[in-house]
Amino acid sequence: MAVVTGTETLLEVRNISVDYLAANGTVHAVSDVSFTLRRGEVLGLAGESGCGKSTLAYAIARLLRPPAMIVGGEAIYYPHQRENDDGEVRLADMQKGPIDILKLTPAQLRSFRWSELSVVFQSAMNALNPVMDIGTQITDVLRAHRPTMGKDSRERRAIELLRTVGIAPDRLHSYPHELSGGMRQRAMIAIALALSPEIIIMDEPTTALDVVVQREILSEILRLRERFGFSVIFITHDLSLLLELADRVLVMYAGRIVEMGSRRDMYLHPRHPYSYGLIHSFPSLHGPLRRMSGIPGSPPDLRAAPAGCAFHPRCPMAFAACRRVFPVLQPALAENQEQLTACHLYNAQLHPAGAPKTEDIAASYEALAAAQGVTKL
Amino acid sequence: MNTVDYTAEVARRDAGIQPVLEGIHLHKEFPVRGGLFGPQRTVKAVDDATIALYPGKATALVGESGSGKTTVARMMARTYDPTSGTLRFRGEAVKLEHGAALRAYRRHVQLVFQDPFSSLNPVHNVRYHLSRPLRIHGHAHTNAEVTEQVLALLNRVSLSPAEQFIQKYPHQLSGGQRQRVAIARALAARPEVLLADEPVSMLDVSIRLDILNLMLRLKDEERLALLFITHDIASARYFAEETLVMYAGQMVEGGPSEAVIQQPKHPYTQLLLSAAPDPDRITADGSGLAQLPARGEIPSLINPPGGCRFHPRCPHAMPVCKERFPQRTHLGGGHWTHCFLYGDGDGAGANGATAAKV
Repeated sequence: MAVVTGTETLLEVRNISVDYLAANGTVHAVSDVSFTLRRGEVLGLAGESGCGKSTLAYAIARLLRPPAMIVGGEAIYYPHQRENDDGEVRLADMQKGPIDILKLTPAQLRSFRWSELSVVFQSAMNALNPVMDIGTQITDVLRAHRPTMGKDSRERRAIELLRTVGIAPDRLHSYPHELSGGMRQRAMIAIALALSPEIIIMDEPTTALDVVVQREILSEILRLRERFGFSVIFITHDLSLLLELADRVLVMYAGRIVEMGSRRDMYLHPRHPYSYGLIHSFPSLHGPLRRMSGIPGSPPDLRAAPAGCAFHPRCPMAFAACRRVFPVLQPALAENQEQLTACHLYNAQLHPAGAPKTEDIAASYEALAAAQGVTKL
Repeated sequence: MNTVDYTAEVARRDAGIQPVLEGIHLHKEFPVRGGLFGPQRTVKAVDDATIALYPGKATALVGESGSGKTTVARMMARTYDPTSGTLRFRGEAVKLEHGAALRAYRRHVQLVFQDPFSSLNPVHNVRYHLSRPLRIHGHAHTNAEVTEQVLALLNRVSLSPAEQFIQKYPHQLSGGQRQRVAIARALAARPEVLLADEPVSMLDVSIRLDILNLMLRLKDEERLALLFITHDIASARYFAEETLVMYAGQMVEGGPSEAVIQQPKHPYTQLLLSAAPDPDRITADGSGLAQLPARGEIPSLINPPGGCRFHPRCPHAMPVCKERFPQRTHLGGGHWTHCFLYGDGDGAGANGATAAKV
């Protein structure tokens, strides 16, 4: 059932908002976020710590617990008819048509999770159970979701899954501490794949790994995606990684999406000054050596985000309207409807001087670096 | 074996620049407790590392976890005593004594740790953290002197207004601010050498550059000799004049950063570079990820592979690679590597280099 990246919508998130109810004020961690996930695509979710990227993904997976509260929105899942073996009772078969994940009852959620949507967490050492061998952890999933499957066929499936992610079958009875960091992350992916879900949420799956191992895992994910056709929501702070890996990239700031576009558009011409700053927070391996400056300041307190555009206090290109008017996500330029940004620089009414070019954003950051006394090499 | 690079060394001697701190043929073995009747085993963490730090210059030490880069820094900070090898400070061998001698050494050589969340004591405020080194090293005696110097230190690391930060506790600071306090604490001893062990890898992306720029400014303004330990080869290029690459306790390649990164010679350096995230590789058809030339991870250092420790993963391994570690081959311009593809020491294969264009 190889599915190539299509335009078919798999998940449609509409106006989702998540608050954390704290004693000293409500933190609006995710505010009014909408996006679609297409079948078979890798959607990258990037931003600094605290921008709401993990909260958003966990809201979709319904993994949030109080004090986090989903205060509004929908996450519509469009299931796919697929062959049903091993006696699994799929929610998608009981309930024809689209499903709103946020309205599932606990019982429905149990059958939805893992068979339709699974999660690979950042720290495999914490996510895996240290007193169970990895084979048992895989068969556990199968036992819960496919009650008619026999013990032997469960074990066969576990071995097959380990092979799929590149672990030798003789590690079936290894415990997590006996595996290297890369192998543990592979085992996590094997568990996530156990029921062939449509969506896999990966929350910084390679952040704790060395670069060589990270690259192997990423290639593995892309290979598996080719083979099984699942969609991935890939969360990371490392935008340079997403620019290589993801089909589309979504940049979040202060709980909102500030830019969304194909990785090529994002790399060649990020429109939002924040996206530009994030991409250029990493020194590059090629090209002229320039002294660079990061994005000045720090993310705002989400209990009381700045008025207008939340990024304006840190933005090198902010102008009067940014402090007053809230920017909505819309196509940056009329000729490319696929690259959306929430920035007044592209709003002809507020910014009559016309949309800035990437060089203009670069120049504004360079001026900022010079003002901070960062000299050019 | 040649300990130092001739060309670069001669150039520096002509310029009258002597290394402040040198580690020569450093080895470190850690004993591991075996079973009750098992043999005593050792982890051979660092195998013959030689490194020189110059005033006003940054040297990057690049490698994956388990490569021994932190152990090298800790030997140079004298947190660990080397199993064998010498440390030289301003040309004189450092006596491996503790007590007052160690305290005197630490006045010159300071270490900045990776994790600013655990390297500051949560029950003490910023003033206490910075006043300890000032008093221990005898730079300040009265409370008024301490306050004055603490404020000056906070200003040097761009924590302003300093008066506001002096009374704060670690939990009231962001990660970047904590790391600035940690750097200020190292500077309080007025060192000539700063050893920074992954100083930015725990920080959020947007503030990493600020910390790197701060350290670059200190290096330029105060002629500090910097050792920058990192797993991110791109930030080594940004930060350091010289880059050394370590694999499984062995130094495999080194030289001017641009030479090492743009023309990597050792297969391990090539592997590291091909694995590093690099959006410039995006092509029009969108085939993003390139294939890696090798796979796997750093081997156990209890029983490391003989010879060149990279040989089990190396796509160009030859029989000789299993037998012994190659001598250092100089490639010109201060760039060197330990790899039989380019010869075995300087006498042997100058033509090997062209044959092995990989």
